[in-house]
Amino acid sequence: MPSATRLLDAPAIAETLGRMAGEIVERCGGAEGLVLVGIQRRGVELARRLAGLIEAAHHHPVPLGKLDITLYRDDLSAIGPRPRVGETDLPVEIEGRVVVLVDDVLYTGRTVRAALDELADFGRPRRILLAVLIDRGGRELPIQADVSGATVATTLADRVDVAVRELDGRDEVELVREGPA
Amino acid sequence: MNPGPALGKDLVGLEFLSADQIRLILDLADPFKEVSERAIKKVPALRGKTIVNLFYEPSTRTRISFEFAEKRLSADTVNVATSVSSISKGENLVDTARNLEAMRIDMVVIRHPASGAAQFLASRIRSNVINAGDGKHEHPTQGLLDLLTLRDRFGRIEGLKVAICGDVLHSRVARSNIWGLLKLGAEVALCGPATLIPRELTELGVTIIPRIEEAIAWADALNVLRLQLERMEAGYVPSLREYNRVFGVTRERLRRASKDLIILHPGPMNRGVEIDSDVADGPHSVILPQVTNGVAVRMAVLYLLAGGAPDWRSAPGEDR
Repeated sequence: MPSATRLLDAPAIAETLGRMAGEIVERCGGAEGLVLVGIQRRGVELARRLAGLIEAAHHHPVPLGKLDITLYRDDLSAIGPRPRVGETDLPVEIEGRVVVLVDDVLYTGRTVRAALDELADFGRPRRILLAVLIDRGGRELPIQADVSGATVATTLADRVDVAVRELDGRDEVELVREGPA
Repeated sequence: MNPGPALGKDLVGLEFLSADQIRLILDLADPFKEVSERAIKKVPALRGKTIVNLFYEPSTRTRISFEFAEKRLSADTVNVATSVSSISKGENLVDTARNLEAMRIDMVVIRHPASGAAQFLASRIRSNVINAGDGKHEHPTQGLLDLLTLRDRFGRIEGLKVAICGDVLHSRVARSNIWGLLKLGAEVALCGPATLIPRELTELGVTIIPRIEEAIAWADALNVLRLQLERMEAGYVPSLREYNRVFGVTRERLRRASKDLIILHPGPMNRGVEIDSDVADGPHSVILPQVTNGVAVRMAVLYLLAGGAPDWRSAPGEDR
């Protein structure tokens, strides 16, 4: 039977995002020229919240972009029977700006690899940073997060489920482990 | 485990798709439209795939539209334009296809003057086959782009009244439209000279409206087909001028139309025959959005079919 352990509840997620927002600004030396780009779909919601937190703290507008990486994946033959290609929308030129890629979970690094390829087709940012809510290890590519909310040691059989209220009705991060608890 | 590709191996006609599969293609076309708006109009989704555009009939717009769709997905493409005039058609087609297949191509886009050519080819090679028009049978991607254009404009297909006007008898565009529209719940009427409207199509559930004025008054959308010059020579219509006088979509006739009526045309147009210039370029016309949508639906179809790559191991024929 799979067993689920709650890693973060709603208040813990809010607190974590607050800390991440601060770290992002610190790493970038200010909120000016920042663009937050969320990876569809939960990354977009997290990016939206981070952008809101940064705007509130620094009184500086932070543009929000959305990136769907489906067409940049390296496993076309594994697309499901109903592939879903979401919206890609970058509201500002990324040329010369500091782009913060935001995703919910960092695992193999393949999604981030695809996102970097896609961003490169839109322009040449001055710098790209990666911010993730959960870093679960297990990288298959040399990619690391610059800002991460929490780090969790997982195995291949584990699943990390991130729920956000905009899509799932609640804020929660769970570690789902197969086999005997 | 893997439930298999969404569309199967080939796209031969809309007759063989479910309403669900048609909706899947239309839904997927939207993000592909966005790709064509980018500064760099290219995504790597089909990188490494080889596609042959095998055209046995002259075609400019369909071939170019497919080629743009393929290139914007990063596929490698080869165009083969050939004529069928002097050779036994069936044999030649299979030979050509087997030769291409021996070079390990992934997909064939075929345009052929014989109805059934795409199905014939699809059942004999392992590569994905996309019908780009076969005789008087079907032109499924044209049907899909017409559906997408209608859905963009009205937000739905279900319940729409669509009149297909002109030479339905010889039109693969009409057949693909009829199948697609009926499956998605639209009402379909045919309008044109009795010599060019096959009565048996009423068995599918379409109605026949004899006069163009009535069709205009009834419809939410007109799909105006091209009248080919040869039809006059073959005696289907007395003259092009007569055709324009009785069935032409003119500004005068559109005065009685609803404000929201839209006019589609698969191109190329005979201005002054089936459609007048000021209508083609007027506020009712969605002819250019159709062209834009054509690239997007073709990208969606290519992407969906490529998801089920040809399986060379379980291939029929290799060890024959």
